[in-house]
Amino acid sequence: MSVLDSKVPKGPIKDKWTTYKDKINLVNPANKRHIDVIVVGTGLAGGSAAASLAELGYNVKAFAYQDSPRRAHSIAAQGGINAAKNYMGDGDSTYRLFYDTVKGGDYRSREANVYRLAEVSANIIDQCVAQGVPFARDYGGLLDNRSFGGVLVSRTFYAKGQTGQQLLLGCYSAMNRQIARGKIEMYNRHEMLDVVKVDGKARGIIARNLITGEIERHSAHAVVIATGGYGNVYFLSTNAMGSNATAAWKIHKKGAFFANPCFTQIHPTCIPRSGDYQSKLTLMSESLRNDGRIWVPKNMDDVKGIQEGTLKPTQLKEEDRDYFLERRYPAFGNLVPRDVASRAAKERCDAGHGVNATGEAVYLDFAAAIERYGTEQAKIHGVSNPTKEKIIELGEAVIEEKYGNLFQMYEKIIDENPYKTPMMIYPATHYTMGGVWVDYNLMTTVPGLYCIGEANFSDHGANRLGASALMQGLADGYFVLPYTIGDYLADDIRTGPISTSTKEFDEVEKEVKDRIDFFMNNKGTKSVDHFHKRLGKVMWDKVGMARNEKGLKEAMAEIKEIREEFWKDVKVPGSHNEMNLELEKAGRVADFLELGELFAKDALVREESCGGHFREESVELEGEQKGEAKRKDKEFAFVSAWEYKGEPADAVLHKEQLEFKDIELKQRSYK
Amino acid sequence: MNLTLKIWRQKGPQEKGKMVDYKVSDISEHMSFLEMMDVLNEQLVNSGEEPVAFDHDCREGICGMCSLHINGEAHGPDRGITTCQLHMRMFKDGETITIEPWRAKAFPVIKDLVVDRTAFERIQQAGGYISVNTSGNTQDANAIPISKHAADEAMDAAACIGCGACVASCKNSSAMLFVGAKVSQFALLPQGQVEAVDRVKNMVAQMDLEGFGNCTNTGACEVECPKEISLENIARMNRELVKASLIKF
Repeated sequence: MSVLDSKVPKGPIKDKWTTYKDKINLVNPANKRHIDVIVVGTGLAGGSAAASLAELGYNVKAFAYQDSPRRAHSIAAQGGINAAKNYMGDGDSTYRLFYDTVKGGDYRSREANVYRLAEVSANIIDQCVAQGVPFARDYGGLLDNRSFGGVLVSRTFYAKGQTGQQLLLGCYSAMNRQIARGKIEMYNRHEMLDVVKVDGKARGIIARNLITGEIERHSAHAVVIATGGYGNVYFLSTNAMGSNATAAWKIHKKGAFFANPCFTQIHPTCIPRSGDYQSKLTLMSESLRNDGRIWVPKNMDDVKGIQEGTLKPTQLKEEDRDYFLERRYPAFGNLVPRDVASRAAKERCDAGHGVNATGEAVYLDFAAAIERYGTEQAKIHGVSNPTKEKIIELGEAVIEEKYGNLFQMYEKIIDENPYKTPMMIYPATHYTMGGVWVDYNLMTTVPGLYCIGEANFSDHGANRLGASALMQGLADGYFVLPYTIGDYLADDIRTGPISTSTKEFDEVEKEVKDRIDFFMNNKGTKSVDHFHKRLGKVMWDKVGMARNEKGLKEAMAEIKEIREEFWKDVKVPGSHNEMNLELEKAGRVADFLELGELFAKDALVREESCGGHFREESVELEGEQKGEAKRKDKEFAFVSAWEYKGEPADAVLHKEQLEFKDIELKQRSYK
Repeated sequence: MNLTLKIWRQKGPQEKGKMVDYKVSDISEHMSFLEMMDVLNEQLVNSGEEPVAFDHDCREGICGMCSLHINGEAHGPDRGITTCQLHMRMFKDGETITIEPWRAKAFPVIKDLVVDRTAFERIQQAGGYISVNTSGNTQDANAIPISKHAADEAMDAAACIGCGACVASCKNSSAMLFVGAKVSQFALLPQGQVEAVDRVKNMVAQMDLEGFGNCTNTGACEVECPKEISLENIARMNRELVKASLIKF
């Protein structure tokens, strides 16, 4: 018997959640007043959880490292949020959303969790509309939908290209209502630096006030971690500069298992890197692939001309272009899932067909869509015999309406007009499917310690479908955790307030302070960024889009070396009792330097290709799928959950076997 | 290119600040403004000095964390963008660039270029929400049709990122564009009607309490707003306020 118990309820998948909710323990309203919950992170998951728990009557303390919950990186999600509403009448259903998510995740997620996610998805849209989220509407006043990669229906709700922003502001407004009622105590510019356990249960955190540098103790009956993903382990990613894994890693070191760290999503439509000074990468919504066609030049002469700037992409004839996604995957074309699209772009660029000076870019072309929409609009507006210019003008207006802000963003960064010349894109690290292991209740392996949103591992398997991150964050926070946490807290109604003047708090606070003192007194010679960039390079080169045994072993050794050097030679200026941005970074990078090694170890152990994890040793050798990723269900249909044992290399693997009762395991085919 | 930077340095909220000159060299025109600041900070850290503190996070113009008054303009010389989206191609080799924090009584400096914008938080807490619980029992999202025009206009108002450029650009340090945007978003939607009267009254009262100035229709806020929020939102807020003042419960 494994030490992992997923606590998935019995019964048919369609009834699991409903039946479970009916039987779950509840805390009566009078008792909720005496129970405190700490929520760390206030993005979509943490914000929605904090608001919902406060509405229920718990006393919530919420923590964010920014100056407001509205700044969390959920805000940057552009494209949309999925929900099985079937407003379009195109055959969508809870089952289909469930099926698409499990298949899209390459059969490495837990069926029961995903079904629940699909089940509550429709409610999220109702909730957000009631909060005043201005989703896009059609002329009849009803909600509009668009389609996204990896699926055959239109189920994505959106608010221009700022869906994440609008959903987060909805959540933020719900929080504000509770802050005003005194039910949420908001700690802005605070960073959690460790968790405190009392008798094995999570009972509080140690946090640093980022303005004064003061180290604070906060206690609660349960702690919820909602601090997002660890994409910044690559240094360059589409995450915000401050996005970090510290909270997740610290709880891992205190007993929470870390699951599937190697499942990381490389998003296909990002703006290519321009130089070594690059601080982050910018993502453009994958919704662009609805209308954009991805290609590279067929002939090397043309590639050379383009790379040197003597040839313009618009000068290339149709027959000289290789629309490689349409060629390789005729059924899904440009809308194949993210991992497939990213690898295909890398494959073309590795073969020398990249279209910018670095050789790491492919085209995303809107010319065909502009013409199509323009012709359609000409008919609608009764323009007979429209000129080519008129068609382009009308078509560009449609494109602007749909993607205006993305086109503007692109133009500001690259200094080229994407209405007139194709965009250049290249894959970049975007989302981490892996994360803290949680059971059906979203509780980690530490009692009373929960993990929600991107920070946990639960719903997306080895690859996340577009517009599903927002869905999961809000599902966890609005509709799942508020129920499941009650089941645990029902045993805590007689506990009373948790004191912070105990030896457990003393000990953890000392650890935190010692580490800060170490940084302040180290007097090394190299900046934090120096080490972060070196880590990022190893991760991208050897634990990036394609991985192999040799590279992963090297990566583990190299990361360990960088880590040792970091502790000897890192330099942190300033002092600890003031705002000190370098000190903040130092703590985060120290944790990335451990996480990176576990990441590589996980990738090494998983000798199969699935979703975002591609092992060069595991590809189909013949048949229609030749060259595509080869999953090995017999050996690897499990969740890797790592237990901390000191050095990352010594982590112990626990396996949660995945059972597929409602979906048949098949190779994903998008051909 | 090579540049001279004049940057506001201030150790803490209670300390006196001053402008300090720095030189940076070999700056690429493709760098973003904040990447140029990273270069400066790396330089400072390597020479044992304290780096310049500034707020930033998403670096794609949406989180609203970055600020900076650059050569006297909020978010710098370009239009419709935040500082993190500003690129060095907007500047010339040899130029001197002045970099200051937001200046407003309601936004006190915390350190260097970092200011305290929690006044905005308190205004939102005064009424920037619709009171609905997350019970899962709300009515179907399509139960109330909303005209596309109203939805689009509400979206345009809701695009505000809460960066505070409007306040920093206003000679009166008025926050009316910020407050007007939130009031408008809900005023344009049927869901916002129930609490409309209390919302506008409470948010405006909190705005005044925080020490923001009044609007004298100069329009600098609209020009400098990275999300190009329209002045019409201020007009709409004023109308809402007049309407509210006529209603007695």
